[in-house]
Amino acid sequence: MNASSLDRYQRAESLIHQLDPRIKILLSMLFILSNVLLPDGAAIGFFLSWMLILLINIISKLQLSFILKRSFIALPFTLAAITVIFTLPGETIAEWEIGSWVLTATDSGLLRFLSILVRSWLSVQVAILLTATTTFPDIAHSLRHLHFPKILISILSFMYRYLFVLSEEAQRLLKARAARAARIPKEKARSFLWQAKVAGNMVGQLFVRSLERSERVYSAMQARGFRGQFLTLSPHHLRNKDYLIGVIGFTLLMSIQFIQFNI
Amino acid sequence: MPILHQDSVKKHRLKKDASILEVIDLRHDYPDGNQALNGISLKINRGEKVALVGPNGSGKSTLMLHTNGLLKGDGSISISGLDVVEENYSTVRALVGLVFQNPDDQLFSPTVFEDVAFGPLHMGLDEKIVKTRVQNALKQVNMVGYAQRYSYHLSVGEKKRIAIATVLSMEPEILILDEPTAGLDPRARRSLLELLRKLPQTMLVATHDMLMVKELFHRMIVLDEGLVVADGLTKDIFKDPDLLEAHGLEMP
Repeated sequence: MNASSLDRYQRAESLIHQLDPRIKILLSMLFILSNVLLPDGAAIGFFLSWMLILLINIISKLQLSFILKRSFIALPFTLAAITVIFTLPGETIAEWEIGSWVLTATDSGLLRFLSILVRSWLSVQVAILLTATTTFPDIAHSLRHLHFPKILISILSFMYRYLFVLSEEAQRLLKARAARAARIPKEKARSFLWQAKVAGNMVGQLFVRSLERSERVYSAMQARGFRGQFLTLSPHHLRNKDYLIGVIGFTLLMSIQFIQFNI
Repeated sequence: MPILHQDSVKKHRLKKDASILEVIDLRHDYPDGNQALNGISLKINRGEKVALVGPNGSGKSTLMLHTNGLLKGDGSISISGLDVVEENYSTVRALVGLVFQNPDDQLFSPTVFEDVAFGPLHMGLDEKIVKTRVQNALKQVNMVGYAQRYSYHLSVGEKKRIAIATVLSMEPEILILDEPTAGLDPRARRSLLELLRKLPQTMLVATHDMLMVKELFHRMIVLDEGLVVADGLTKDIFKDPDLLEAHGLEMP
């Protein structure tokens, strides 16, 4: 695993890539908000939102399959919402008896579950679009300019910087283990307890190493004048084009809401 | 978007005649009772390039961390006549360019530009000046065009150069480097040597690379068990193989 395998940014020259990241972040969040505000079973609203995503996808010159493939990644998490099928009052569509328990699936419950599924599917797609067209440093900068809590952004930036260092360290540990584990009896190597113990030691090692590294990084920051407050330059300037696209995006989202609630 | 500026580094009148780094009877005990420094005194003059050698655990790194107040011990240290005490930290840290051994510790920002800009930015300098300083620093280490690169994509040699640039951008009076050639292949080492030769700043360099000491530094200080055991011209000290051997060092 190397750095680029974790990075979701896709280099390309497109209107979306060049758009000010602040506008992109704001529009993405507005999109998700608009998505959440659509009522259950808002077929037209969901469809229009999806069309909007496809449109941005085409403008940003990314392959359609790129977003689609990755968009299913969050779907398993929506299983947490599966209970709404059985808890919402409505017409019964199916019943199961489990012991003394009776599970009743209702039509409105099913509709809500499907809506949640679609909403999260769409929201994940817009997040993928954002990260595919914006580099991480740009996102971090913009969050700073949008007045997100500084400490959270710093944690994110450090994580981005040291994730690869950490994963390389983990790989060195794995290699060192493999190099010395040549003649472990098969039963032992297969035993869950043994594996858990080795993995536990390794996690501990990584933690201690990270802790030591964090001390050294902090020293390096202090040595260059850090006194507890992060300062950054503002490399982005909003151009008229950015404002224009921001307004267009906002209008489109508003129209989706308008159409949905007036039909 | 306005940038937050902390109170600027206080203008400090540098005494041009004063020695740039002066350490008098510095002692330091680690919390576990280990004595790291047992009374070190030394003086480095403007323009000198000095090697600091000694076995692992002899106190080289501890001494370096004292020069800008990252560690506190008993005794006195001054940079260009300015005492290294709490109220002077911001000035002192701008005067001392401390480069750590592992560039992965030194380069903590996502991009090279952010890392090189970190020092001048936290000195409270203006946005424009910060940008020129970043450009100048990158030019000095021959890494112009790397500004937007990601630190983790660089080779070790490149990382070392950028790490030096991160302190050059602060325009320090003295460069203090910890093991600059450790882990470099011969070609990267050679080009780093050329860079160190070219840089005009006063330098104190901790190293095990005796060939580099012979080639680059006219003066060397030998440290062992927290004490200065020899301080003099490199060529004189290399004439005394018994001394070197007694302190776990090798002739180049």
